[in-house]
Amino acid sequence: MIESLALILLCQLIGEVLVRLTHLPVPGPVIGMGLLFAGLVLRGGPSEKLTATANGLLQHLSLLFVPAGVGIMLHLGLIEAQWLPILAALLVSTAITIAITGWLMQRLADKGAGE
Amino acid sequence: MIPADLQTIWVYLAAQPLLTLTLTLLAYLAGRYLYLKSNSSPLLNPVMVAVVVLIVLLKLTHTDYQTYFQGAQFVHFLLGPATVALALPLYRQINALRRSVLAVAVALVVGSAVAALSAMAIAKVLGGEQQTVLSMAPKSVTMPIAMGVAEQIGGLPSLTAAMVLITGIVGAVIGPSLLTLMKIRDPRARGLAMGTAAHGIGTARALTESETAGAFSGLAMGLNGAVTAILVPILAGWFK
Repeated sequence: MIESLALILLCQLIGEVLVRLTHLPVPGPVIGMGLLFAGLVLRGGPSEKLTATANGLLQHLSLLFVPAGVGIMLHLGLIEAQWLPILAALLVSTAITIAITGWLMQRLADKGAGE
Repeated sequence: MIPADLQTIWVYLAAQPLLTLTLTLLAYLAGRYLYLKSNSSPLLNPVMVAVVVLIVLLKLTHTDYQTYFQGAQFVHFLLGPATVALALPLYRQINALRRSVLAVAVALVVGSAVAALSAMAIAKVLGGEQQTVLSMAPKSVTMPIAMGVAEQIGGLPSLTAAMVLITGIVGAVIGPSLLTLMKIRDPRARGLAMGTAAHGIGTARALTESETAGAFSGLAMGLNGAVTAILVPILAGWFK
């Protein structure tokens, strides 16, 4: 548990340092995900402990967005003043993006490979 | 005596991270309970319910966001390690990924451009102010990238953060039903769409659907961050 948590944090730490050194336009944790992925490919898979720790972190991924979500309260005034353009754009644009991306991927990806 | 005691207790609790941390977990559990009770009704998304409950509570008790965040930061911190941990579901899909690299690349770049252009166009047509329109462009990507891009193109980073969250919740709420309605059943396509349009909140939702959808969603979230950082500063130039 501690070993695998340390490994995950280490990947994130290296990611954060790399981002600052290279000015890559990607957050540190995303680089960390890439590093851990590369490590898994090289090693040929995760240990049981790492799987357990990762599952623990991902089981309630939604919860982790709540603190930042509450930050919406800082902009309630601005959103209220321009609620129609903001909410309409977010709603319609998100729907169009999901529809087009999903449709394209289903058309282009070879059939059956994802089952 | 009792009011004085209560006052002392309140002063203690208000100064400690314990109270808002506990409330964050309780609000999420309440949201999850309602979600499960309603047979997973998308309208009762646990993140949305928890956020609304907490904002109402904070407003009622005149607590500012900074005070709230002192407790909630311990939950917030775990977002980083959880993002790293997405490497595991991704690794388990390595074979599916190898077979669909080109499809992922095309769908992702098109989806990324559509996300930014459609949002800016709709906001502009409906009379949104210039700064609001620009703040909207990176709304589909993970928050740190979105805020950086917003700053670069002349948007308001903290407003972008709020839009990123609303986008994530909208995507998680309408995405799965919309994809089903369009007969998009391939879990790779469902995941890629959710992650491209609705970043981590979409990924959290996709993970509850299937492992494959979650893995492709996490991949799309990471890649769309990079694509958006390159593409949006160019696209936003058309709206200035």
